[in-house]
Amino acid sequence: MADLSLKPITPLGNDLPVRISIGPVTISEVVDTALASLAQRMGQDITAAAKGAGIPLPPAGRWEQGATCAAFWLSPEMWMIEAPFASHEDIVAHLKPVFGEAASITEQTDAWARFDVTGASLPRLFELLCNYDIARHGAGSASRTMMEHLGCYVVIRAADHISVLGPRSSAQSLFHALETAAHSVF
Amino acid sequence: MTQKNRITGGQIDRSRTLSFRFDGKSYQGHPGDTLASALLANGVRLMGRSFKYHRPRGPLSAGSEEPNAIVQLREGARQEPNTRATVAELFDGLTATSQNRFPSLSFDMMGVNDLLSPFFAAGFYYKTFMWPAKFWESIYEPIIRRAAGLGALSRQDDPDAYDKGFLHCDLLVIGAGPAGLAAALTAGRAGARVIVTDEDFRMGGRLNAETHALGEASGADWAAGVVAELASLPNVRLMPRTTTLGAMDHGIYSAVERVSDHLPVPAAGKPRQILWRIYSRRALLTAGAIERPIAFENNDRPGIMLAGALRAYANRWGVAVGERVAVFTNNDDGLRTATDLAAKGIDVAAVIDTRTGGPLLPGIRHLQGAEVTGSAGRLGLSAISIRHANGKVESLPVTALGVSGGWNPNLNIASHHRGRPVWQDAIAAFVPPKDGPAGLSAAGAAAGLFSTHAALQSGAGAAVAALDDLGVKATLPDLPRAEDAPVAIAPKWYVQGKGRAWVDQQNDVTVKDVKLAHQENFVSVEHLKRYTTLGMATDQGKTGNILGLAVMAELTGRTIPETGTTIYRPPYTPVAMGALGGRSRGHEFKPTRLTPSHKWANEQGAVFVEVGMWLRAQWFPKAGETTWRQSVDREVLATRASVGICDVTTLGKIDIQGTDAGAFLDKVYANTFSTLGVGKVRYGLMLREDGIVMDDGTTARMGQNEWVMTTTTANAVPVFRHLEYVRQCLCPDMDVQLISTTEAWAQYSVAGPNARKLLEKLVDQDISDAAFPYMACGAITVKGVRARLFRISFSGELAYEIAVPTRYGDAMIRALMEAGREFDAVAYGTESLGVMRVEKGHVAGNELNGQTTALNMGLGKMVSKKKDAIGMVLSQREGLVAEGGLRIVGVKPVDPAQPLTAGSHFLEPGAAAVAANDLGWLTSVVYSPHVGSSIALGYLKNGEARKGQRLRAVNLLAKTEVEVEIVSAHFVDPEGVRLRG
Repeated sequence: MADLSLKPITPLGNDLPVRISIGPVTISEVVDTALASLAQRMGQDITAAAKGAGIPLPPAGRWEQGATCAAFWLSPEMWMIEAPFASHEDIVAHLKPVFGEAASITEQTDAWARFDVTGASLPRLFELLCNYDIARHGAGSASRTMMEHLGCYVVIRAADHISVLGPRSSAQSLFHALETAAHSVF
Repeated sequence: MTQKNRITGGQIDRSRTLSFRFDGKSYQGHPGDTLASALLANGVRLMGRSFKYHRPRGPLSAGSEEPNAIVQLREGARQEPNTRATVAELFDGLTATSQNRFPSLSFDMMGVNDLLSPFFAAGFYYKTFMWPAKFWESIYEPIIRRAAGLGALSRQDDPDAYDKGFLHCDLLVIGAGPAGLAAALTAGRAGARVIVTDEDFRMGGRLNAETHALGEASGADWAAGVVAELASLPNVRLMPRTTTLGAMDHGIYSAVERVSDHLPVPAAGKPRQILWRIYSRRALLTAGAIERPIAFENNDRPGIMLAGALRAYANRWGVAVGERVAVFTNNDDGLRTATDLAAKGIDVAAVIDTRTGGPLLPGIRHLQGAEVTGSAGRLGLSAISIRHANGKVESLPVTALGVSGGWNPNLNIASHHRGRPVWQDAIAAFVPPKDGPAGLSAAGAAAGLFSTHAALQSGAGAAVAALDDLGVKATLPDLPRAEDAPVAIAPKWYVQGKGRAWVDQQNDVTVKDVKLAHQENFVSVEHLKRYTTLGMATDQGKTGNILGLAVMAELTGRTIPETGTTIYRPPYTPVAMGALGGRSRGHEFKPTRLTPSHKWANEQGAVFVEVGMWLRAQWFPKAGETTWRQSVDREVLATRASVGICDVTTLGKIDIQGTDAGAFLDKVYANTFSTLGVGKVRYGLMLREDGIVMDDGTTARMGQNEWVMTTTTANAVPVFRHLEYVRQCLCPDMDVQLISTTEAWAQYSVAGPNARKLLEKLVDQDISDAAFPYMACGAITVKGVRARLFRISFSGELAYEIAVPTRYGDAMIRALMEAGREFDAVAYGTESLGVMRVEKGHVAGNELNGQTTALNMGLGKMVSKKKDAIGMVLSQREGLVAEGGLRIVGVKPVDPAQPLTAGSHFLEPGAAAVAANDLGWLTSVVYSPHVGSSIALGYLKNGEARKGQRLRAVNLLAKTEVEVEIVSAHFVDPEGVRLRG
């Protein structure tokens, strides 16, 4: 009987992530991060639990890296938690014991296609893509924004390292937009 | 001889020569030239024909306010009509042609219009082309358009790309003349984020066109020095070739940057232009001023231009427009033109000054109290007529005339929020309104401060004030000494005469036209504009509006401010449609959403259909199938006979959690959910506040406080938005958290009698009917991969929906098809999905049309009266629950060979096909291979009671009429045995 086991593909539909360099920037498809939304339930306080587990809960507009997990702010009392995919594929199973019924946790790993843009002069690239003032906000910031009609998250990990999370079904359109903008600028 | 009018000096690079063509003839110019300056250097004054009378015209100005020198740039697909030669940057190989003439610029047959001008006065077409009315569209309008057209479109796709972008700054400086540069220097040195936009390719504004010294340096050198310092500051962004188009709300300005217009072809991958949205905390309008002419008879001949432009061509571009020139002025600034030209060695034959008294210009024939009454010359100026103060008339041979009627502050952008400009007698001009866009101030000539000293000081001062508002301390820089001459003007708008004196040169509006408008009582400024078309051409009246207004003021005996002024709106100058469209064109008009099975479906040769932004497989053709019906019939029959698989990922999935999630669902759904057990799914109906059905779908209870809602594909976003509204605004005390998971899971419907057998080969758990009954749900694994299983059916068959994380979606469809091979499993697309849901009598988009209630759909009992839900009360309105209203029914043609047409209306036999007899309509029509004919769902008045009746389905648009039988909407397995199998 044929092998029926399931083999994953990347958001761009390949076995391996795509990586391209244009001028000073490199755009890489990133598939090694598990994601989950973490929303504090009404009347609960998850600060201590998060701190105990080393999970950062940054304020509005911010992203923060913890020991294993990183997080960025989504909306009041709601964050997106990032964790290594290899060890946290079932990310909800990791987070649920930490927060119990004090938080609502939803797997978001495959809801998003993530492209990391690294290199110099990133604000010049992103000014063609979204209304997010990269230069003013700087490293450690994150925001929801629109790129070519797509609702995306932009995470500024460092001045030379920005992640774009866009809807996975539109990964090709988003990648095309990033690539086109990079050719336009550099 | 080439460039016969080129003189010494100017900011052009004479070390390089550029070749270009105008109307097929080759010329030479230099880097730094505009098309107009290069043509003038080559002795070409005639550059266009006027809009209505086809009068020969040359440039009036040296800037973006140009009404006359309008040409077509480039060739082929890149041909661009209606561009201004005065701002077109010269490049090697540039090709331009004149427009609105036939057969040539020098001999234009349409010039006959000029001879017939008495018939073409303002408003002539309102009076002339009245009878018969039906001739307007078919005869009159086409003729008028052909006669009056400007440039032509290439009718080819624009081969170039345009970008859009977003910029942010503390201070936006609009215009890089002395005021703008002083402001930018002040703010830049203070560390503020500054953006400086200037429409010119060379920053400096009038400093490049004047001979004043700034301290020890020339104006142009000072400007270049400041630009160099600004360029070295990382917090300052200099944007030459960038026109700020308009003031939007909240400090946002739009601007277009001409990235590649000065190149023959944009570099690979680079845009021609970028449309920017600039988010500024404060903005400063330092856009300078625009000179205005004085109208006199035949004041539109090539060679007659604004005095400031004549001076700019000499000083900046090293061009003597004519070898013998005169200047006609009512103010001191006009005198500067005469002295500058004389200093350049140009023969200044006379200065005709409308004022009397005051000092005379040394060494120049300065005629005070005189006026220019007319001009002569066939295709360009050869002489002017002068009436001296003593009444004596003189004809003076000249080839160029500079005219200065004073300067208007360039306040266009300051009135984009409807602020009314304010009249200032001292400068005889309007200055920016006090109630302009919030955060915008003006400095320099744009604020009515015309000396260079005032421009520098006010620019720097305005920057200090703007930054002070933002809490940033800035200090005034050391600014150079500069001329500080007062404005000396005696307003003079037009010279009395019998002939035509042009006010708005681009739209051929004359003083007589304004008088005619007055005579016919179109005296309001807005009426004047529309009656005469004053200010309505591509230049938007930049040189003519105030003049027209002044003539009207004189005729009505009122002051200019009493007469009023028209205000401006964006864009400041014309913008290419391509720039507004940006990258959103062709296949990239919008993003595309691909389903997890897209790659596989593409390999199968699937035909795709756009569903919103999604591409869904519509059907999967097999070898030998020649029509879509064959494919769809096969897919439907195979599914009902064995098993079929369909990608249903596109349905919206919303994760709803929280201790009040059940109560929340009771609120948003018409039926009850809080009582549903964990591991169960229920069909839900969502109503709008007005009781009309909003959406339907299933919601699964995955845990005590964890639910997954599905929505229709079309309403995935609207439903999510609605739920967020309810959560945040209507039920803020409920403990509910929402997030979309539509994209996170790849979901497939597996339907048909062999669905379970197929899945049992893949699912690691027991999914027998006992372990996983109808409407069960739960977390499972598929060959070790986390998955979710829902036993729900849209087709009426034994069916499941199985979901895996999206990265496994491609593998999952391949595994399902492979596992289904022994059952002859088929993949089916949206067409078959539609056929099977109509056969089963399920409502979908065509029935949920925003006008229909649960009762209409036969689902009235789902609206629970035991609880409060959104839409429950209003769904019970008298008119909505009345007996005999629309009810869903099934429809079959009496003759199975006859096709039905969706949208057909039900009529009684013999009833006339009029609205009064309308009984309802067919909503969804499919061909059912199960029934063997077309079948349909429809809304029919008193539908329940009409089962078995024969009616007519009439479609007046498609011109079809079919006798139909009203039947149950459930064509397949009405008892629901199969899906519980």
